Amino acid sequence: MRRLLMRWFTRRARVPRVLRIALALMLGSLAIVGIAAPRSSGHAGVPSEGGPGAGGTEFNPPTKSPEPPGQGNPTNAFPDSPALRAEGFNLYQQSCSSCHGMSAQGVPGVAPSLRAVGPGPVDFYLSTGRMPLEQPREEPQRSSRAFTRPQIDTLIAFISSFGGPAAPTANPSAGNLALGFHEFTLSCAGCHQIVARGGITVNAQIPDLQQATAQQIAEAVRMGPYLMPHFDAGQIDQHDLDSIARYILWTRHPTDLGGWGIYNIGPIPEGIVAWFIGLLALVIVARLIGERTGEET
Amino acid sequence: MSRLARLLGFLVAVRAAARAAMGAAADRREPRPAPESDFDPRKRVVPSSRRAEAAVAVLLLLAALFGVGFTVIYVGLGADTQLLGVAIGGALCLLAAAAIVAGKMVVPQETAVEDRGPLLDEQQIETVVEVIEAGAEGISRRGLLIGAGGVAGAALVTAAATPLASLGPTLSGLHLTPWARGIRLVDDQGRPYLAQDIQIGAFYTALPEHSDPEAFGAGLLVVRLPANFLHLPAARRAWAPEGIVAYSKVCPHAGCAISLYRYPTYAPTSQQPAFTCPCHYSTFLPGEGGRVTFGPAGRSLPQLPLMVGSDGYLHAAGPFHEDIGPSWWGVHRSES
Repeated sequence: MRRLLMRWFTRRARVPRVLRIALALMLGSLAIVGIAAPRSSGHAGVPSEGGPGAGGTEFNPPTKSPEPPGQGNPTNAFPDSPALRAEGFNLYQQSCSSCHGMSAQGVPGVAPSLRAVGPGPVDFYLSTGRMPLEQPREEPQRSSRAFTRPQIDTLIAFISSFGGPAAPTANPSAGNLALGFHEFTLSCAGCHQIVARGGITVNAQIPDLQQATAQQIAEAVRMGPYLMPHFDAGQIDQHDLDSIARYILWTRHPTDLGGWGIYNIGPIPEGIVAWFIGLLALVIVARLIGERTGEET
Repeated sequence: MSRLARLLGFLVAVRAAARAAMGAAADRREPRPAPESDFDPRKRVVPSSRRAEAAVAVLLLLAALFGVGFTVIYVGLGADTQLLGVAIGGALCLLAAAAIVAGKMVVPQETAVEDRGPLLDEQQIETVVEVIEAGAEGISRRGLLIGAGGVAGAALVTAAATPLASLGPTLSGLHLTPWARGIRLVDDQGRPYLAQDIQIGAFYTALPEHSDPEAFGAGLLVVRLPANFLHLPAARRAWAPEGIVAYSKVCPHAGCAISLYRYPTYAPTSQQPAFTCPCHYSTFLPGEGGRVTFGPAGRSLPQLPLMVGSDGYLHAAGPFHEDIGPSWWGVHRSES
């Protein structure tokens, strides 16, 4: 064992020089992070606004902030403890800080501050796999999660320690399907399509909602992820929200009275199917009409 | 997608292989002799069936009835679109059926084999004329069929021209909307909007108070913008109290209801706020007087001047200064 170690240390490096320099720089910056981390976590667990880490860096708020769930409305309580916050802080430094800043203050022109956003957006972006992004200018889209649920909970605990509104929640079984359809038509279907199959807008995609959970639906309505507008409790109250969630979950298996649903994406593909069947029928009819009478071949 | 492409490639390969095999088999086979048949294609059959002629006449007259029915429904019976469809579709189908029956059972059946000759031969022209004239031979009730065909044609032409009746003298109403100075903005439940209700990053549909919500031009889009997105033309600076702007909800391209509003979560890495029409993706900037940045719309989205009353409610500060809705040749545009 010792011999092996010795050989490893004394072996001539086969790594090219450029890579060695890059490695050194990376380790160096990691060391700086390591020095900064205990300093800020020594300050009541997490850095606070104006505390260490924020000094000298411009505060860079998001263009819009999530709406609170409204007075008296149910909220989703995520687990929280100093240990979780500390763990979340470490994970944040590894995976989020390069864009959102060392102490969640944001980096101008790259990514917004995460202070005062509360737990809702963190849960939404991480549990739908929309964050982390490879490039800051990329459009966040639903993909496989980069973190496990316990890891997401530590990040939620860390970001929630900066304050912000509580995370909204929705209880589909308390909602009314017909009301949900009505409210979805008024506020959501313009973009998300009437059975929530999504679509496009100029320079962005509109997600279909077939994989969204009730919790994610509630968070998206109150925060307006990416380019989506947000809705406060005055526009969509808690009962409307429960009903909308119930309706969206229903659209996963809608009742297809007309037979084959072809994913319910609307009249254009349905029309194309009709065209294919109709064209075939027309060809057959034309063949029958064109057949000579009295001729036997 | 790639699975589909692979499937397509597989099908092409299978087809090529099958063709090659068939070709090889065909090469081995003896050329098949032409089938012996006593059928002479140059035979002329003159059906002259009075029953078939009567059927054609009945079909034509029924087509005429459906065509007249279209006009009657359009003008007199409330123009139910489904009934209109049944009428015009039925007329065309019956006309087609009449043509099929006539082609198969009324006119002479003949297969001609013709050698290709010089292009313009006077004698051939005469022969052709004779042949065409001979096409009517064997039809005993010629007058009946021509009469029925004429009636059906007239009824269909009338039906096709009937929608012209809709070009009535109602164009003057297009310049009027329910909006005027002092009218409050209310939501779909009739509750008036307070200026403080309008949040940045959200969008609201507003209607005129005490007015028909389905009136032409009643619907408004209302949003609040922060100062960094608000670059209104100089003449409209006063139209946006507290950064709240209101625009007509009717797209000036094809008249769809504009229902898409995008507002960035973080502006530096995404896009500025915009309205988009879901029909053809015309995109308008609410911060720049409704300027078109994308899509087929030919003019800006009409803006309604707003004011906040002493009670805090949102009021219209005047009527629209231009026509709303789809553009036409006499549309009033805004100067800015």
